[in-house]
Amino acid sequence: MTRKLLTGNSAAAWGARLARVDYIPAFPITPQTEIIEDLAAWTDRGEMDARLVTLESEHSMITAAGAAASSGVRAFTATSSQGLLYGMEMVYTVAGWRTPFVMVNVSRGLASPITLESDHNDIMAARDSGFLQIHCATCQEIADGVLIAYRLAEHPDVRMPAIVNLDGFYLSFTREPVDLAEVSQASAFVGEYDPENLQFKGNSPLSQAMAVLGGGPYSYFRYEAHLAVQRALSVYDEIIDEFEDRFGRRYDMIDSYQMQDAEYVFVMLGSFSTKARDAVDSLRDAGWKAGLLRPRLFRPFPQQQLGQLLQGRRAVAVIDQNISMGMGGVLHSELATALYGASDAPLLASYIGGLGGRDISQQEFFAIADELRQADERGEVAAPRLLYTEHELTEMRKLQAIAQAEHAEIQQN
Amino acid sequence: MSKQSPLHFHRMKDMPSTHLLGTGTPTCAGCGGLETLHTMYDILGKKTVFVNAAGCMTLLSVYPFTPFHGGWLYTSMASAPAGAQGVRDALDILLQKKKLSADEDVEVVVITGDGTAYGMGMSATSGAMDRNLDFIYLCYDNEGYGNTGQQYSPATPHAARTSTSRGSHGYPGYKKDLFAIWAAHNPAYVATVIAAEPLDLAKKIEKIQTMSGPRMLISLAPCPTGWDYDPQLSVEIGRLAVQTGVWPLKEYCDGEVRHTKVPKQRKPVDEYLQLQGRFRHLFEPERDVEGIAEIQARVDAYWERVESE
Repeated sequence: MTRKLLTGNSAAAWGARLARVDYIPAFPITPQTEIIEDLAAWTDRGEMDARLVTLESEHSMITAAGAAASSGVRAFTATSSQGLLYGMEMVYTVAGWRTPFVMVNVSRGLASPITLESDHNDIMAARDSGFLQIHCATCQEIADGVLIAYRLAEHPDVRMPAIVNLDGFYLSFTREPVDLAEVSQASAFVGEYDPENLQFKGNSPLSQAMAVLGGGPYSYFRYEAHLAVQRALSVYDEIIDEFEDRFGRRYDMIDSYQMQDAEYVFVMLGSFSTKARDAVDSLRDAGWKAGLLRPRLFRPFPQQQLGQLLQGRRAVAVIDQNISMGMGGVLHSELATALYGASDAPLLASYIGGLGGRDISQQEFFAIADELRQADERGEVAAPRLLYTEHELTEMRKLQAIAQAEHAEIQQN
Repeated sequence: MSKQSPLHFHRMKDMPSTHLLGTGTPTCAGCGGLETLHTMYDILGKKTVFVNAAGCMTLLSVYPFTPFHGGWLYTSMASAPAGAQGVRDALDILLQKKKLSADEDVEVVVITGDGTAYGMGMSATSGAMDRNLDFIYLCYDNEGYGNTGQQYSPATPHAARTSTSRGSHGYPGYKKDLFAIWAAHNPAYVATVIAAEPLDLAKKIEKIQTMSGPRMLISLAPCPTGWDYDPQLSVEIGRLAVQTGVWPLKEYCDGEVRHTKVPKQRKPVDEYLQLQGRFRHLFEPERDVEGIAEIQARVDAYWERVESE
């Protein structure tokens, strides 16, 4: 084992290298590009026995990844934001091919307005595709997450593609110490790619991704895919036990922090949860029984496990770094579904924050905790909140004043 | 892909007498695209994987049936060449890692309609040629979005009536020169073909079997449903497309364009146009003299350029 100081992007590239992927269809997009640059350097120098091909779009890239996995090789690819959306037709399509491969998504807010900074609306758009989703909060988790994702995707009971998600900038460009397994150790864990029935060969009739006529066969294949994704829940637990035995690190499908006696709980995805972790520490110092849950596995959604972990808590704040226009936070909705009708379920409050890389300050976490306590006293939660400070609004008004002045000047001339 | 030794197609007698592609496909009677595919498949043989884009041919393989002896992969409308890239690269990796024997290797063949080739799939096709992908691309060009009921596409010829150009003058635009666009990429091979000239088609398929790199074929695909004519006329209309000079048969290879079948005495375009309902407004209720003359002039100008080169 070697320890290296790696960015999140490099950790993702190392994950692919350690998984001994055969094929990397690529396309650059900020903030993901460093992943393919690392892999290109390694393949160029012969340090990695893989073929990297730059396609002309993410749509083609995801097609090529699925087609290669369908032809019998282990494939890896990476994208971000607009790229994920550009390829979205194929995200859904290759999931239907039941081709196991891994795609890293470096989360970035979606246009419009255009931004390079992080939030989760991109990955949420892939929510219903059939891709498994593992969300990471540290660089170590990214490298390990790629290995785990291959095991999960390629498992005979699953056979679905997987996305490993990390936050742009906050993780993609942040260096952290990462323990890297030796290739032999990683290989022993990941194993050889078994294409099972997926391989085009001379004189062997194989039709992939055919049309069906009628809702009966269509529904059958769609249900099969859904059930396969659901089976990934129990398979994940097996894989995680083995991973811990081999590498000493444990990645439960839900990361629990200070949950043993927690009354007020934050629920978040991704690296911003590390901010919530700090807030939990401060709140605990001040005598609050605060805790944090972070689902690592978002697809399949660990509904039952979350229900159990939240049973008997007083109030829960779901902080979504995404926004479903006209509805609100996606994780909030999903958690509400998980908790609906459960006995002894906590109050559930919704917050939207961290869009387009916007920080969520410690003060905001404290304010949220305070609102949870008030909600608990009242017995009901307030309306969903869109986090925004007075200061931000003042700064925004200044920008608007400039825009309006420019506009007025143009109209006068 | 290891290249097979060439066959020899000199006369019609040399053509395969039975078809490899299974019967019972749901293509329309008289489909000119299917005829090209038949000839192509007969010559290429079973060791092929067809990578298909959304279009008429998507319904060749409908679960649980396939007319192919080899592979089939449906991708999307825009990305069939990228699918071919993934398959070809995977096969090469497996060959290199000795997980696949040379005998098990297959030829990767993209098959798309003109809607894909002339439009939505152009970027992916361009990319595949940039990367010098070792594959064959067959575009069956029925000059419209045929599978959705023949709306005009970038391949629709001037004046053709389509479901989205029903006006008295038909489609106002002009057919895009895909051959020139593809040839500008300098791939290994580009050709126009038509099933109604099977020997010319067979010779071209035979030729590309011995080549590697991007081998691009555009087949005019007479379409009874989209062009509005009796299915039994498909071959005749195809021949007239060549004999009138509307569809020049040519190939691009090593930087040169060569016409492979030059009509000695070109028939007037009327003979091609008047058999098709999509051009009926040029003849009824009265002859559109100017309209027909314009089409004739464009064909003549093309051949004058060819003859002057």
